[in-house]
Amino acid sequence: MYRAPFSVIGLLLIASLATSPTKSDELKDLYFGEALYYAHQGYFFEALERLDTEVAQYAGLDEPELDTLFYHIDDAEFSLGDFELRYRMHHRAGRAIRAVLEGAVDEVVRNDAAYRLARIHFQKGQMEDALLALERIDGKIPESIREDIEFLRANVYLAQEKPAESFEVLKRLQGSKSFGGFAAYNLGIAYLQDGQRQQAIEQLDRAGQISTDDPAELAIRDKANLVLGTILLEDGEYGKAMPYLNRVRLDGPFSNQALLSAGWASLSAEDYERAVVPWSILAQREVTDGATQEAMLALPYAYGKLDIHGRAAIHYGKALDAFGTEVDKLNESIESIREGLFLEALVREEIRKNKDWVINLRSLPETPETYYMMELLASHDFQTGLQNYLDLADLRKKLVSWETSFDSFDDMVAIRHDHYEPLLPDVDMKFRELDSRLRLRREQHKMLVRRRDDLLTTPRPEFLATPDEMAVLARIEYIEQQLEDASTPFEGALVARMERLKGLLTWTLETEYHARLTEFENNLSMLDEAMTVAQTQYDRFVRSRQAATHSFEGYETPISRLRARVSEAVRRVDLLMKRQGRQLEIVAIDELMARRGRLESYRDKARFALADSYDRATQAQARSEVQ
Amino acid sequence: MSRLIRTITLLALAAAPFATAAAQDLSRDDMRSLDGQVQEIKSDVLSIASELSNLEERLLYPSNTQVAVFVAIEDDEDFRLDAVKIEIDGELATHHIYSFKELEALQKGGVQRIYTGNVPTGDHQLGVTMIGKLRNGTEFSKTDQFSFAKGVEPKALGITLAGPGLGKNGIQLGDW
Repeated sequence: MYRAPFSVIGLLLIASLATSPTKSDELKDLYFGEALYYAHQGYFFEALERLDTEVAQYAGLDEPELDTLFYHIDDAEFSLGDFELRYRMHHRAGRAIRAVLEGAVDEVVRNDAAYRLARIHFQKGQMEDALLALERIDGKIPESIREDIEFLRANVYLAQEKPAESFEVLKRLQGSKSFGGFAAYNLGIAYLQDGQRQQAIEQLDRAGQISTDDPAELAIRDKANLVLGTILLEDGEYGKAMPYLNRVRLDGPFSNQALLSAGWASLSAEDYERAVVPWSILAQREVTDGATQEAMLALPYAYGKLDIHGRAAIHYGKALDAFGTEVDKLNESIESIREGLFLEALVREEIRKNKDWVINLRSLPETPETYYMMELLASHDFQTGLQNYLDLADLRKKLVSWETSFDSFDDMVAIRHDHYEPLLPDVDMKFRELDSRLRLRREQHKMLVRRRDDLLTTPRPEFLATPDEMAVLARIEYIEQQLEDASTPFEGALVARMERLKGLLTWTLETEYHARLTEFENNLSMLDEAMTVAQTQYDRFVRSRQAATHSFEGYETPISRLRARVSEAVRRVDLLMKRQGRQLEIVAIDELMARRGRLESYRDKARFALADSYDRATQAQARSEVQ
Repeated sequence: MSRLIRTITLLALAAAPFATAAAQDLSRDDMRSLDGQVQEIKSDVLSIASELSNLEERLLYPSNTQVAVFVAIEDDEDFRLDAVKIEIDGELATHHIYSFKELEALQKGGVQRIYTGNVPTGDHQLGVTMIGKLRNGTEFSKTDQFSFAKGVEPKALGITLAGPGLGKNGIQLGDW
């Protein structure tokens, strides 16, 4: 591909890197800007394709400083790594970012790269390497990632089970606007991990009271309260657990679990009436939720403890029906996954257009399996597999569309061949004529230029004689020669006449020499212009001739090579999709089977407890009748 | 029974969602190996895409006739660009209606290649029309004409757009 040697002087485009912490300077390379355009929309494949090509071309230049990418090469290489990271190509991203780290780049860019490399290692579970990358950060740190770096460092320590190392970092981050809530919670977990129970409780208590209106921080606040309540509940401190569980918002993501635990805390404290309250609320919620299902069983259990066996029996009956329905639904879901419907639903493009597409899967009537898989869909390993599957599906779509374009290319080349091939012999013949004529003219032009140059150094008036004058001169020379050979009595008079004629002509040539030289000069410059026009036309002709050939020659090999590569890639993608899809299906089925197993066990318990409640209700009724 | 149920609850809470346990059943090595292979195929397909673009460019837009038009938005502009129409020598080359995502990408500094086509070498006219809305809701439309010369090398034309206002030219063509 020919690279446009343009410069964009004065084009006031300011680019902000998707990745870069600071806005880059004035954008000078349109192709880099184009890659950013795709990256900012989340189309990292397209962004990578363009930037890869651009950086590769730049690397092959003899004088890279003349190229417009020269001004952005550090950013471009950094962006390559970043796009690869976002396109989940961690291997290549790691290499690209390491290259930035080892290059002579600005301190800010290097530190940003080190942070990103650390994050890759962290995601891959390589904590030592993550820490090493973080240690490379030195000097000026981009403000926008300063806290991210510290938070990552603390998380690496926690993942390495070195909680004490993270204390200081997390304490500092508690005041952060972005990480305050998370740091407070993580500090509590760090104390817990370090065996400092009391410190952990106090810290989680603080984390559970932070003032915020940010949804993510509200969720982490709920989580802190839930964890703290659970710790106390596990330790048998039921009364202490209650206030923390009650702090969890009723409409937050942890509310079901909190309601369930609150019920258990009250029940464990033998406050059965109080246990009924959260469980009654919970039992009315989404039946597919694990906590709800447990509450449906726990609620009648509490009624039983209160000796309200009739109501207990009714609730056991409801639970039994609900569990039966859910088991059937799970069976259908497992069957549906086995039939491949789950994967079909995942790749449907209209679903993925919305950022909450995973949640929206629940609303699809033809994908019952997704009801039970919200947690699974949110887990990291499943997400990785799922994203890979979706990426493969996208790649497949691209490859298949490319496959069809090869036929069009072939047609195009064939049409051009059929059009140009018969015309070319005639064109070539005319071209050869034109070429020989132009060569002749070029030689003549050169000769005239040489003569003009000679005349400028050594004046030769006779060279500028007109054709008539030249004829006269030749005649005089001829007569002179005749006179030399002849012996005549009029020789003296004839010679004198000859001399006079010759003198007259010489006079004219000498006196008009400068005017004639100027005219010659003018004519020559006009000829130069004509020669330039002729040369331009000649060049255009040559280019058109070449373009005609290039429009249909030399495509066969690359098209057939690409066709083979695409076909091989489709085969590999199909294979990988099958394997990845199978893996997802196995995980999904395992998850659903586990949920089904749990529900079946609940159903058995409900069935037994229902019978028991009926017995007790009947006995109670009999007793009251006797009394 | 209560003990059993509670144990389930506490386990679920202390660890993670039920899902994690199931996901962990999968061999991590298998997952990693598969992930590695997915990354490899991505790399291969990227290389195919690059080669294909190269071939397409040679076949469809040879250097001596290639012209590409790029659109960018001037820094700090907050007008809403709705559509852009490009004409070359009085004939419609392309028109584009912007989605929210595309507009956001332009506002963040991205540059859109709006048109790639062929024109003969020589002088040409480029007509650019932009339609949009100002922050106060006023709709506007602006058209400008520019001349450009096409040489034997590919021609890249960069258009920078700004909302109409004091001291602003609205549509500018990069000077090269």
